[in-house]
Amino acid sequence: MKLQKGTTLALYSMLEFAANPGKQLSAAEIAEKYGASAHHLAKVLRELGRAGLVESARGVGGGYRFSGNATRLTLMDVIELFEDISTRTGESDEFDGSSDVGRALGAVMSEIDEIAKATFRSITVDTMLKLIQRQRREASAAQAPARGK
Amino acid sequence: MTQSDSNEDTGPADLRVRPVDAADLGEIIAIDAEVTGLEKTDYWYELFHRYGAGRTRQKLFLVAESGTDIEGFIIGEVRDWEFGSAPCGWVFGISVRPGARLAGVGARMLEAICDGFRHAGVHKVRTLLARDNGLILSFFRSQGMMAAPFIPLEKELD
Ligand SMILES: CC(C)(COP(=O)(O)OP(=O)(O)OC[C@H]1O[C@@H](n2cnc3c(N)ncnc32)[C@H](O)[C@@H]1OP(=O)(O)O)[C@@H](O)C(=O)NCCC(=O)NCCS
Repeated sequence: MKLQKGTTLALYSMLEFAANPGKQLSAAEIAEKYGASAHHLAKVLRELGRAGLVESARGVGGGYRFSGNATRLTLMDVIELFEDISTRTGESDEFDGSSDVGRALGAVMSEIDEIAKATFRSITVDTMLKLIQRQRREASAAQAPARGK
Repeated sequence: MTQSDSNEDTGPADLRVRPVDAADLGEIIAIDAEVTGLEKTDYWYELFHRYGAGRTRQKLFLVAESGTDIEGFIIGEVRDWEFGSAPCGWVFGISVRPGARLAGVGARMLEAICDGFRHAGVHKVRTLLARDNGLILSFFRSQGMMAAPFIPLEKELD
């Protein structure tokens, strides 16, 4: 399953905001960090704002801050604001169901899609933040002996 | 799960997780009936017989108790060399009374059963969940569990 560019920017942004609750961040800052266009990011943030996941911060610099519920907001909730993957089935995409072969290949694709969807539905922003921290700890533990040399 | 995911600080202050006792079965059956809509008395007595009260280090059936109330239970076991994979802990049942949820009871019980698994000498815990049970999937995910390198398979037996 491939996500569109806007969707991936929305995921990056939500994790960036949720990791810094209360802090205001601008489209330009996030765009720079993830190598994206500030224009595209501004559009994505407006959409997240309309959904109530971020709120625009008044005052110098503008920008937005997190206003979602990190322990309840799932990756799927964010994805679905930008594209509809929940109704996606293998059959309707790459393979044409008008032949036996196409239907069998479609069944395999939909198996894969179902696992992807269940994964996005079960992971909250808070769970992602914990995962990011764990990966950081593991990375620094792996580097520690090297540094000691 | 790693030790650093410990949830010892969560849960009601007087919460205690301990091995199940025969006297708890009435409340366990009631919690299960409230959650699943089915009262499976024989099943629970049978499960108690096989997993209850510290019969072996390999089988764990724990309850969470707050005051005199049973708030939930968790069941698991150490499974050896299934399809060639090293022994690991399996959690195959968890339930928290609906009125006691979102207060850290589930997290405390999972941590307790993981301690039991460590004590039995294993270093990995697994579980198998219905893909459409978002609640329980989110719970285990929030506790640091991720997809295992296995794929569950099935077919109709006709
Ligand atoms: C899954 C279950 C065990 C969780 O128990 P709990 O005591 O409410 O869980 P905790 O309070 O320890 O929650 C720990 C984390 O799990 C996640 N979680 C729990 N309930 C959640 C929910 N409704 N939505 C999203 N995430 C949830 C959260 O990340 C939570 O952390 P938070 O409190 O910081 O938000 C409980 O909801 C339950 O018994 N559900 C029914 C299970 C079932 O179907 N059993 C029958 C088959 S065995």
